[in-house]
Amino acid sequence: MFAVFTWLADWLVYQVAGLDAGSKTGDALHFFVEDVSKIYVLLVVMIYVVSLLRASLNVERVRDFLARRHPGAGLMMGSAFGAITPFCSCSSIPVFLGFTSAGIPVGITMAFLLTSPLINEVAVLLLLSLLGWKFTVLYIVVGMLVGMLGGLVLHLLQAERWLQPFAAKAYERAKAQSLSSSPVPEEKMTMRERHRFAMDESRDIFSRVWKWVIIGVGLGAALHGFVPEYWITDYLGEGQWWSVPVAVLAGIPLYSNATGVIPVIESLITKGLPVGTTLAFCMSTVAASFPEFILLKQVMKLRLLALIFLMLLLAFTLVGWIFNALTPYL
Amino acid sequence: MMKTIKVLGSGCTKCEKTAEAIAGIAAERGVDIDLQKETNPEAIMGYGVMRTPAVVIDETVVHSGSIPHRTDIEKWLA
Repeated sequence: MFAVFTWLADWLVYQVAGLDAGSKTGDALHFFVEDVSKIYVLLVVMIYVVSLLRASLNVERVRDFLARRHPGAGLMMGSAFGAITPFCSCSSIPVFLGFTSAGIPVGITMAFLLTSPLINEVAVLLLLSLLGWKFTVLYIVVGMLVGMLGGLVLHLLQAERWLQPFAAKAYERAKAQSLSSSPVPEEKMTMRERHRFAMDESRDIFSRVWKWVIIGVGLGAALHGFVPEYWITDYLGEGQWWSVPVAVLAGIPLYSNATGVIPVIESLITKGLPVGTTLAFCMSTVAASFPEFILLKQVMKLRLLALIFLMLLLAFTLVGWIFNALTPYL
Repeated sequence: MMKTIKVLGSGCTKCEKTAEAIAGIAAERGVDIDLQKETNPEAIMGYGVMRTPAVVIDETVVHSGSIPHRTDIEKWLA
């Protein structure tokens, strides 16, 4: 199915531009044209389709669904809904408070909020188109596990005691009430409304990420064409245990540029970057965002904030090590 | 009577754009409004809003979760 983009690149680079297929420049340019065209088409088409399907799933319904669940079920469902519910990361705080004031424990809320950025449509789409379905499935499963286990740890630690006072009060108030307020009725959306939502989403996401695709694929193409084959294996291969934590730390400041980072990763992988290191780097880029963590300070005490951040970094590092160790058996 | 319109949100780009759009359309149509931005999480929680930007007119939530469309804003100002 993706072959059409290879043909497009063949034609543009070798026929129209007349570059030699064996040359480094030709190779790099081919990589660039193929990936950019593929990513652009997939982004627009797939985000439209995905948005159409999930238009009526919103955080209000998730909240009603998660309220008063058994913690175990809540953690699993919180993480699963985090993966599929569309919501803007700028709504993290209102969502956190909305869940908390409905009496949902912090662990379950965080399972939702941690999984949500990890498994977002853009990252999944890019992984699928560039690294194939096996890596993508692995990424999704591990991402949900990180969300669930992170939530579980917070639940066991009773993280509610480290909320800001007003949030803690709202939580206690909700717990004291025996019955929840009437749930939000399911919005019956017409096809027209779904279409409008999907168009808005596609336009919004595309306008945010198109330039990062160019930058990321550009870097990836340069790496692809000019970095020697064994350089990565020699310097960042499985033998170097420290390469995983370094990858995790390097991912933090790259936040919000997941779109740009994934194409770079594609070329690193073909140059021999181990799967575990790649997974760890990918997750850290997508989910460990400093600016957003600082915002959470408004609803939780610094201690809880630091705990969650460190827990994430630790989780990503462990993911990296485990998968690097498992690679020979995969 | 002059309408009080509040834009709820933590000051993200979408919230800014929402406020600008409302102010722009109100000025265009010569409608006097009292436009306020509410960024306090506790206040936003008080309105029961989970998706921002949200729009509150005279203390009633009329919109949540996206930059409102022009047709919606025109309806609110009518």
